[in-house]
Amino acid sequence: MAGKDIIVEALKQEGVEVIFGFPGGAIIDINDALEKDGTIKYVLVRHEQGATHAADGYARATGKVGVCLVTSGPGATNTVTGIATAYMDSIPMVVLTGQVPTALIGNDAFQEVDIVGITRPCTKHNYLVKDVKDLPRILKEAFYLARTGRPGPVLIDLPKDVQNQKAEFKYPETIKLRSYNPVLEPHNKQIRRAYRLIEKAKRPIIYAGGGVIISGAHKELKTLAETIHAPVTMTLMGLGGFPGTHEYSLGMLGMHGSYCANMAMANTDLIIAVGARFDDRVTGKIEAFAPLAKIIHIDIDPTSIQKNVKVDVPIVGDSKLALKKLNKIIHEEGRPDEAWKDLHAAWWDQIKAWEKRHPLTYKLDKDVIKPQYVIEKLYEMTKDKDPIITTEVGQNQMWAAQFFKFDKPRTLLTSGGLGTMGYGFPAAIGAQMAFPDRLVIDIAGDGSIQMNIQEMATAMEQRLPVKIVILNNEFLGMVRQWQELFYDKRYAATKFHVTPDFVKIAEAYGANGFRATKPGDVESVLEQGLNAEGLTIMEFAIAKEEGVFPMVPAGKATTEMLLV
Amino acid sequence: MKHTLSVLVENCPGALSRITGLFSGRGFNIESLSVAPTLDPTLSHLTLVTRGDEFIIEQIIKQLNRLVDVYKVVDVSEGEFVEREMALIKVRAEDETRAEILRMCDIFRCKVVDVSPKTYTIEVTGPESKMKAVTELLKPLGIKEIARTGTIAMAREKKSV
Ligand SMILES: Cc1ncc(C[n+]2csc(CCOP(=O)(O)OP(=O)(O)O)c2C)c(N)n1
Ligand SMILES: [Mg+2]
Repeated sequence: MAGKDIIVEALKQEGVEVIFGFPGGAIIDINDALEKDGTIKYVLVRHEQGATHAADGYARATGKVGVCLVTSGPGATNTVTGIATAYMDSIPMVVLTGQVPTALIGNDAFQEVDIVGITRPCTKHNYLVKDVKDLPRILKEAFYLARTGRPGPVLIDLPKDVQNQKAEFKYPETIKLRSYNPVLEPHNKQIRRAYRLIEKAKRPIIYAGGGVIISGAHKELKTLAETIHAPVTMTLMGLGGFPGTHEYSLGMLGMHGSYCANMAMANTDLIIAVGARFDDRVTGKIEAFAPLAKIIHIDIDPTSIQKNVKVDVPIVGDSKLALKKLNKIIHEEGRPDEAWKDLHAAWWDQIKAWEKRHPLTYKLDKDVIKPQYVIEKLYEMTKDKDPIITTEVGQNQMWAAQFFKFDKPRTLLTSGGLGTMGYGFPAAIGAQMAFPDRLVIDIAGDGSIQMNIQEMATAMEQRLPVKIVILNNEFLGMVRQWQELFYDKRYAATKFHVTPDFVKIAEAYGANGFRATKPGDVESVLEQGLNAEGLTIMEFAIAKEEGVFPMVPAGKATTEMLLV
Repeated sequence: MKHTLSVLVENCPGALSRITGLFSGRGFNIESLSVAPTLDPTLSHLTLVTRGDEFIIEQIIKQLNRLVDVYKVVDVSEGEFVEREMALIKVRAEDETRAEILRMCDIFRCKVVDVSPKTYTIEVTGPESKMKAVTELLKPLGIKEIARTGTIAMAREKKSV
């Protein structure tokens, strides 16, 4: 069997349903083999970055491995942003790149680039296949590495001659990787030690990150919070890991987190961190972070533990398994419900007081549309439809995180670690490919949406009814906000003097476009847009200089919040 | 603090560059590095000398372990260990200094491995401190060229890789 057919067979055996890609001379053979075989759906994008984000969105929405297929040289380099985005957020992905024939590698051949070298620091692992006989093993390993342990993107570079060489096809049944053994099962002794701290804590808080969603630990997390009556705060990546509407949810913490969540973190005596990594956007000034707290840290990646903060009980392992064990011990210890409640009653009083003092809020205006209002309305009108929300990056992303309530895992797809503008729309395409019947909405800024707007053609071609909500402030708003606050309002390079007519853009692609310019139009535009058939843009001309609050200025303690 | 790490890594293309890339990408420093295949030709043994406080060293070790190609990492400097380096030093050896150089070689148990009318090439093995001492003493006589290996190290007794 030829290399190209081996690849197609392997992809089938891995259960790949859809591939996002863009063709070229070095990958044409595999496109041909896929076409001949006809089993796997191929989505032709308009830019390779779009392919990577779409595969990423597919992966985040489903938990399966996303797959992209691109050509050598510029095709390969165009995937780098998407690969780095997936790497930072631990998203399972396999990226197949064409490469010049092995004999030409290193010769600066036409469309040759050392993509393995370029992506070494932003992939979990990568391969250059030099011998067709290695193909089945490498493909098997790549999928395994992508989805196990701390997931991440894996790249396979495929020289054109290897794609056409012949070898016997036998897909390996087992994996032999002596140097890769992620620890899944947490240590019982550590779980016991964790319990000892939980038992004594008077002001505990659960701090949940993206690991909860990746490991599917949301049920166990809810059990834990409800059993010990502890508040839960989430990172941007953790939203949906615990119901946002739950009475124990304090919402997001960190730079644009709620006042209550940040105050609770600053005053807690025990942080139970689950699948989170104490990122600088969460801790603020590290010396001032949670000064009174003992810390239990559950994470599958040992490098995340003790990296930014000193931890009292490190627990290396899968979040779900760890929480299961912890819940079991709590159950066995048998402390009555009332006792937990009493122990934390004073803490809850304090939390409620913080919540009351500075709830998440904004000032309505009768003449201009407030972005928060759009998100609130969008939430009200869609919450019963179990939507998947993707976001772009900037203020739009933060308003979505603050004012939309995510009750289920895998309902918010957003670029957290890398903060990639242009992520949301192609990610929505990926999610919609996975769930053709669900409501998929990209909450976008006018800047970000222009970074991958070309994918409207892809969505039209695939007949995907993605809804795009553009919060148009005619600014690179988040950067403008920093300039307003810290650069004496010098709006260098953040004002757009030309913004396209998004409604006309929609129409040009054959999609629907609606625009609201007054608060009174918001509901009707949402109504029309959500009910319109097919790809739809809803544009909202929002208050141009609206800010995202609360805000912890970079490098400040999380208690030094700027409020509305 | 100086730490000497012993790393077993899959002997495959890219593995070394993953390791050095990890150091440069995260702002860690490599003071010396030496690599050679082990008895098992599919594994390479790498000795790496680096500096950092306990937190940094812990991060370095964890980050190394996270690489898919890295089989095992041991901080040999955590316990008792032996370390050796080797240097070849080509030193000017004129009539009046030839005897003195040989005497020095004798004291430091170095070997003369090449002789020419005007030079000796000396082989020195030992820990880093000895390399320093020998080069300092030879400097005034005129060192023409020097080639040094990185450190190799091994834990004493059972803490072997
Ligand atoms: C690819 C990329 N380039 C630059 C940035 C820096 N950046 C962060 S937010 C932002 C502004 C985004 O503008 P827009 O999409 O209009 O969103 P808004 O903040 O106005 O809601 C910029 C430029 C980024 N995150 N990603
Ligand atoms: Mg904007």
